[in-house]
Amino acid sequence: MNSSLLPLGELARALERGEARPSAVLEECLSRTARLDGKVHAFLRLTEDQARAAAKAADDRRARKAPLSPIDGVPVGLKDLFCQEGVETTAGSRILKGYHPPYDATVVRKLREAGAVLVGKTNMDEFAMGSSTENSAYGPTRNPWDLERTPGGSSGGSAAAVAARFVPGTLGTDTGGSIRQPAALVGCVGMKPTYGRVSRYGVVAFASSLDQVGPFAQDVRGVALLLRTIAGRDPNDQTSSLRPVPDYDAELEKSVRGLTIGVPKEYFGEGLDPAVEKSVRAGIAALEREGCTVRPISLPNSPHAIATYYLVATAEASSNLARYDGIRYGYRAQTGGSLLELYEKTRAAGFGAEVKRRILLGTYALSAGYYDAYYLRAQKIRTLIRRDFDQAFAAGVDAVVSPTSPWAAFRLGEKVDDPLAMYLNDIYTVPVNLAGLPGISVPSGFTQAGLPIGMQLVGRPFEEGTLLRLARAAERALALPHRLPPLLERS
Amino acid sequence: MSVHDWEPVIGLEVHAQLLTRSKIFCSCSTAFGAPPNTQVCPVCLGLPGALPALNRGVVDMAIKAGKAFGCRIAERSVWARKNYFYPDLPKGFQISQYELPICKGGAVPVPQPDGGVRKVALTRIHLEEDAGKNVHGSTGSQVDLNRSGVPLVEIVGEPELRSAEEASEYLKALRLALIYLGINDGNLEEGSFRCDANVSVRRKGSEKLGTRVELKNINSFRFVRQAIEHEIERQVAAIERGEKVVQETRLFDNEKGETRPMRTKEEANDYRYFPEPDLPPLVVSPEWLGKVQVPKLPHERMAELVAAGLPATDARTLTADPKLVELHARIVEAAGPEAGRRAANVVTGEVARLVNEGGLDLSAPKFQPAQIAEVFRLQDKGTLSSTAAKDVLAEVLRTGKAPAQIVQEKGLAQVSDESALETVVDGVIARSPTEVEKYKAGKKNLLGFFVGQAMKELKGKGNPGVLNALFKKRLD
Repeated sequence: MNSSLLPLGELARALERGEARPSAVLEECLSRTARLDGKVHAFLRLTEDQARAAAKAADDRRARKAPLSPIDGVPVGLKDLFCQEGVETTAGSRILKGYHPPYDATVVRKLREAGAVLVGKTNMDEFAMGSSTENSAYGPTRNPWDLERTPGGSSGGSAAAVAARFVPGTLGTDTGGSIRQPAALVGCVGMKPTYGRVSRYGVVAFASSLDQVGPFAQDVRGVALLLRTIAGRDPNDQTSSLRPVPDYDAELEKSVRGLTIGVPKEYFGEGLDPAVEKSVRAGIAALEREGCTVRPISLPNSPHAIATYYLVATAEASSNLARYDGIRYGYRAQTGGSLLELYEKTRAAGFGAEVKRRILLGTYALSAGYYDAYYLRAQKIRTLIRRDFDQAFAAGVDAVVSPTSPWAAFRLGEKVDDPLAMYLNDIYTVPVNLAGLPGISVPSGFTQAGLPIGMQLVGRPFEEGTLLRLARAAERALALPHRLPPLLERS
Repeated sequence: MSVHDWEPVIGLEVHAQLLTRSKIFCSCSTAFGAPPNTQVCPVCLGLPGALPALNRGVVDMAIKAGKAFGCRIAERSVWARKNYFYPDLPKGFQISQYELPICKGGAVPVPQPDGGVRKVALTRIHLEEDAGKNVHGSTGSQVDLNRSGVPLVEIVGEPELRSAEEASEYLKALRLALIYLGINDGNLEEGSFRCDANVSVRRKGSEKLGTRVELKNINSFRFVRQAIEHEIERQVAAIERGEKVVQETRLFDNEKGETRPMRTKEEANDYRYFPEPDLPPLVVSPEWLGKVQVPKLPHERMAELVAAGLPATDARTLTADPKLVELHARIVEAAGPEAGRRAANVVTGEVARLVNEGGLDLSAPKFQPAQIAEVFRLQDKGTLSSTAAKDVLAEVLRTGKAPAQIVQEKGLAQVSDESALETVVDGVIARSPTEVEKYKAGKKNLLGFFVGQAMKELKGKGNPGVLNALFKKRLD
């Protein structure tokens, strides 16, 4: 097997043993991407020259047995909202076309310092607003398992790049499910860490109190290695946590015997595709076989999560996106008129429909006379949602398990005209962001049509280690047959 | 009816830039006057992805103000976003404090002409970031973001002021207090101390407040009085014509000396305040609070000086300028507590004169206060006559040279040594037999003649006291 087809965790071992060379891995990745990304459109742009130079430096370190980290020399893709010095960063929006940030996001710096080879920027829903990557101003990304279907979103490009084996690992962001849902839809592992676990400095903001950076990889170990690289306190992000970052990899194979899994009834109700439910129940059974205790629980306020989310997230977004005004950087409309006209024309032409919809919603929610009824009330419900989880954890539940998404990958265009249907993609993932908890999506199987299905595990704050162990146990116990997307089989 | 039948109600909001070296949410310099957009970074430029990181020195200064004015300092205050669009506001919102500011209540002590102190109540003091500046030129408008992110305190006073004069006094007292606290430079022209005034009028005796108008763009004490006086007259005239005062924001035009409308209530921004999600609430522990030292305010220093025996006028002159009062304190420190009045004379006299003439910059003085104490000692010892002491003092203030060196270079030392003077005294007596006889016969006022003769010979450097004593000893 080509080493570039190995899941990140295994590639790291191969690199350590000298069985793979960073430059060779990179070349395989680049050639596969060149061959197939015309069909998938996972990447918005590649930084091949920089990547080759970085890989060459990694070759030397690996040859000297002096790697910077376990992921030294591993090719990594970045969702196009991570600022990378001198590399165009658009957040999937026309309004940032041509914008080259003068600085690196903290996670980008950490990846570089760990020796990761940064390969390029991946496609996304504009400003991370969406669940299908169809809201990208640069065209949608397609699901490597079925090119007529979406890879999910908003980090669809990052998910598809991993699924198509263009790169072993990528980073995305998750505000309401934007890592976990696409991970489920393309059949890879994706994690949203606890709010505050990873620095948001240099990450183009959508909703500041919900956004969190996280990794994608084919295997749980790959996610553990990437998370360890990017996590930790950053003085530039005062919402980042001071808690030390554990060595997730070291604990990964530890038994999960004795851990308690809560199955919330609210997450298995109406609207859930039976094929998805069946697969997730099989995943739960696998965890039971590994020694976990399974217990039914209730999270009664979770059904209010979508409504709550679309007030909190849009309110913050309306403010976060105010800086895109055509004055300092990015797109500016041509107008000889007033300042107001410059703002209006720039923002009208620079933002896509979904972004405008959310700015309007958020502006409304914060307006004088409506603040208490909408924003403040939403914050109260947010507290209740968090409290439900707290109570479950206090009652001895170590992780909450559910489907990641109510359905497998849907067709491109299927939901674009129905925003509310689109919002329901995130029904199981959004409560986790509102509660600030860590969540992971791990593959649990396939539909009859061969589309991947994901299972979500949600843990206590800063218990990413426990979640990764559980995800690894599921991965081990389910032992899903090694399958490549048909796209790769054919080529 | 006339203006005298009406009572103005005035409340002032002051924005004061804090004297931290770096900005409130990044490490860029706050220095004034640098070329445009040279003191900027991703944070204060509001670039995508940048996040604020609080400069705790800013909080120290707000605590200092809060303690000095007797405010309640919140253990937990909350940052808020004030949202509006303007080219000088790079994020499209200003990080401020709204529902939970760092300080509530308190009062600014305003010294009164009668020597008393009036306390003008404060509503709140909160922290926020400054915006940049729009620069309008013939070829279009440009934005300078050097000022973006400079820390500000907004000090909101209760509407307790009843005239333009009171408003001006309050403002002067507040400005001086902030300078004493070392948290603001008090520079109205450069905009580091800015004032907005809320003005309304009501019929004398009425409890109900009139409609309030906010005045902006007032950048000198003279303009504060002018703007408020003009606004009071305008409002009274409107009401007396049977019109209503419209709630609005008006801009003061300092060339025409009048206010004109900027925006009405309907046009006012809805700032959509909400808690800043990028910053955790600001928690000030009792330990932190305890660590912040508060220097004395002007009225406290004044009371101390008067208690130490200084005339009130001197005390007032000294405390009106923190540099003068500080210099005075340091001279007294070096010369001893009994030198208080003498030090005050020097500081309010020679020093103040030199400062006014531009011959002395007290923010970078060349001399040490101890050198002035040294001049006092030389005079007391008799080394310097009072005239010579003045000369030496002037030279010390200008050059910072050691007094002893000046005395030597200029040959100003007074001869007090008896053995050295005896020769001269004996010579005068020997040369003036007639006068000696008359003196001995009872014409005692001839003593002045003898001392004068001796002084002439000594070129004015003889110690007159010692000479007097010596002649008396010889002739009586």
